[in-house]
Amino acid sequence: MSDKEITGAEILIRCLQDENIEFIFGYPGGAALHIYDALYQQDRVRHILARHEQGAAHAADGYARSTGKPGVVLVTSGPGVTNAVTGIATAYMDSIPMVIIAGQVPSTLIGDDAFQEVDTVGITRPCVKHNFLVTDVNKIAATMKKAFHIASSGRPGPVVVDLPKDITNQLAPYEYPKDIHIRSYQPRDKGHGKQIARGVDLLLQAKRPIIYTGGGAVFGGAHLPLRELVGMLKFPCTSTLMGLGAVAASDPNFLGMLGMHGTYESNMAMHDCDVMFAVGARFDDRVTGDLEKFSPGARIVQIDVDPSSIGKNVPVEVPIVGRCGEVLAEMLERAKPRLGEIDRPAVDAWWKQIEKWKGLNSLAYAESGEMIKPQFVVQKMMEVTGGGAFVTSDVGQHQMWAAQHYGFEEPLRWINSGGLGTMGFGLPAAMGVQIAHPDATVACITGDASIIMCIQELSTCKQYGLPLKIINLNNRYMGMVRQWQEFFYARRYAHSYMDALPDFVALAESFGHAGIRVEKPGDVEGALREAFGMKKQLVFVDVITDPSENVYPMIAAGKGHNEMHLKPAPGDEQAARELA
Amino acid sequence: MRRILSILMENEAGALSRVAGLFSARGYNIESLTVAPTDDESLSRMTIVTHGNDQIIEQITKQLHKLIDVVRLIDLTGGLHIERELLLVKVATAGHGTKRDEAARLANIFRGRIIDVTGTTCTLELTGNSAKIDAFLEALSRLEIMEVVRSGISGIGRGKRALKL
Ligand SMILES: Cc1ncc(C[n+]2csc(CCOP(=O)(O)OP(=O)(O)O)c2C)c(N)n1
Repeated sequence: MSDKEITGAEILIRCLQDENIEFIFGYPGGAALHIYDALYQQDRVRHILARHEQGAAHAADGYARSTGKPGVVLVTSGPGVTNAVTGIATAYMDSIPMVIIAGQVPSTLIGDDAFQEVDTVGITRPCVKHNFLVTDVNKIAATMKKAFHIASSGRPGPVVVDLPKDITNQLAPYEYPKDIHIRSYQPRDKGHGKQIARGVDLLLQAKRPIIYTGGGAVFGGAHLPLRELVGMLKFPCTSTLMGLGAVAASDPNFLGMLGMHGTYESNMAMHDCDVMFAVGARFDDRVTGDLEKFSPGARIVQIDVDPSSIGKNVPVEVPIVGRCGEVLAEMLERAKPRLGEIDRPAVDAWWKQIEKWKGLNSLAYAESGEMIKPQFVVQKMMEVTGGGAFVTSDVGQHQMWAAQHYGFEEPLRWINSGGLGTMGFGLPAAMGVQIAHPDATVACITGDASIIMCIQELSTCKQYGLPLKIINLNNRYMGMVRQWQEFFYARRYAHSYMDALPDFVALAESFGHAGIRVEKPGDVEGALREAFGMKKQLVFVDVITDPSENVYPMIAAGKGHNEMHLKPAPGDEQAARELA
Repeated sequence: MRRILSILMENEAGALSRVAGLFSARGYNIESLTVAPTDDESLSRMTIVTHGNDQIIEQITKQLHKLIDVVRLIDLTGGLHIERELLLVKVATAGHGTKRDEAARLANIFRGRIIDVTGTTCTLELTGNSAKIDAFLEALSRLEIMEVVRSGISGIGRGKRALKL
């Protein structure tokens, strides 16, 4: 420790430097000004100025999701914090490592309803992994060390550090702790040997196996042992919305996404399987549908780093607490010499059944020469980008079509708000991705309602020269809301029509970006090629799509996996009525 | 089923609200909750009485474990244990002396104590498990009860079983 005393704000910045943080995403204000001043006087940590604190938080989140490293946010007290809360909750629901530094009113004023005071620790408590209010300048460094440790280890999540203004101006010597021990927090990475052995036993006995991966399978390199294991076992695999890319979309064992808008074969295989292997997935209601009807004959092996995710909704026969990567690597070693035990004839018969389900081609849609089908746009985008892009999305139909039709070959490429379902996430998240990967192709597939929610971030993109490609599937509706109203509210389209939409091309241009409008199916590919060809420019591609298109297949809320609605054949009024 | 969870947690600002917030956010019920520092002043001990089937209690304990401030935790009802609650009860004794005599008699039967007496009131103290406290209050109900204060359950394992670091 050097005896030299520096300010709390300087200590904070030194902590970020010592954590090797390259970027922080933020927005200044009174309570954070000492911190901004300290930021200004160094150049190792680069600050990205968003245009709204929600944007800053989503950008840090996109950075984290695409790198696996914690995203860092800096906001001021009061409205700075409340604006960031949506972004914090979004990260929390999807277990994304993030550290949020919030300015607070001076400690002497806390509790006085001071100007721009809110109870940050209280407001954020239910949507953070942990939070701290620092009341002593000497504790800033240790608190930051803890914050990064807690955010990134175990089941990751956001951690808020609330820093009163006076503390950031007081003096103290600086020393960053090398390591930290928190007696009440010791997450388990390695699984229990006996449980792992039981898991392997059960897997090898399977006659109708299914491997079901979630968000826990895309982080920490877990996909590597996973892919090797899948290659060896040759068992069918499906994935939640969050786990796409863990197993490559082109892998012959991959059946596509499962759940509410999953493929027929995935959901049927989940329903009829005898052994289910859940890898970093948490049996969310959008995945299971009606729990009573969920996989009636399945014996379940589940890996999760969070014990509370195991057996929460569905009874699990073999729980394995640990990080997916570590546990899978060990399972792999144990399974390798025993592959002969697999009942191949049974598994082959199972595959035959699955092929039959696949034959239904549940993601097919009626092509049209007149109107642009949104699925077609995603497929063309897949072709044009060669499948290698980072793709963020917002929330709605477009999100589901992106997940269904863009085949993710690698993990950490599909960036979306699965748990909280936050509209407005796509654009700022894409900024964070592009900042982390300056040379990569980064696209945001969005909808006309979602994109407006954080449209101000186009300004940030201009300032930092972020060449995003925004693909707006513009159906003039809150399409997903309209779809539910069509099916479940007798077509009473209450407030789901987007009246008075802006001219998106002109809007993008006014921010200094390029814009292209596409109105005919024949122009889609050309427009996409042009947009993705402009390597240095943000291009807003406004695609006017068929407003009546719905997302299929669909399992209505509260139904079982075997009660899926498939797309009605064109003109099949009967089926359409059944859906309604 | 009724369960008593004993929790050792960091004696830090906000720790109590994290636990209380967890129960309300996840819809778990709290019958009683007590908390105070321990002999190790960096730790507080909390006792929560809650209800739920095995699956719910398992979720509650897992979720509690996830709180960074929670250091150790046991379900006391999972083994032999002792539980105690403190009752302070004030009864009106104005009028004639028999009311106070009756209060004193009942306190004696239940091994309670009189801890304050005025011309018109009498305050009693009793410790015991919840059933005993309930029974005492039932017996006292013939008199006019002015005020009841119950501490909620504190509990400890029997024999060698101890919750500590
Ligand atoms: C912040 C927020 N508000 C409301 C919702 C509810 N919601 C879910 S999808 C949706 C419509 C989205 O419309 P759009 O972005 O145009 O996408 P589309 O479904 O048309 O593809 C709404 C309002 C939400 N998910 N997030």
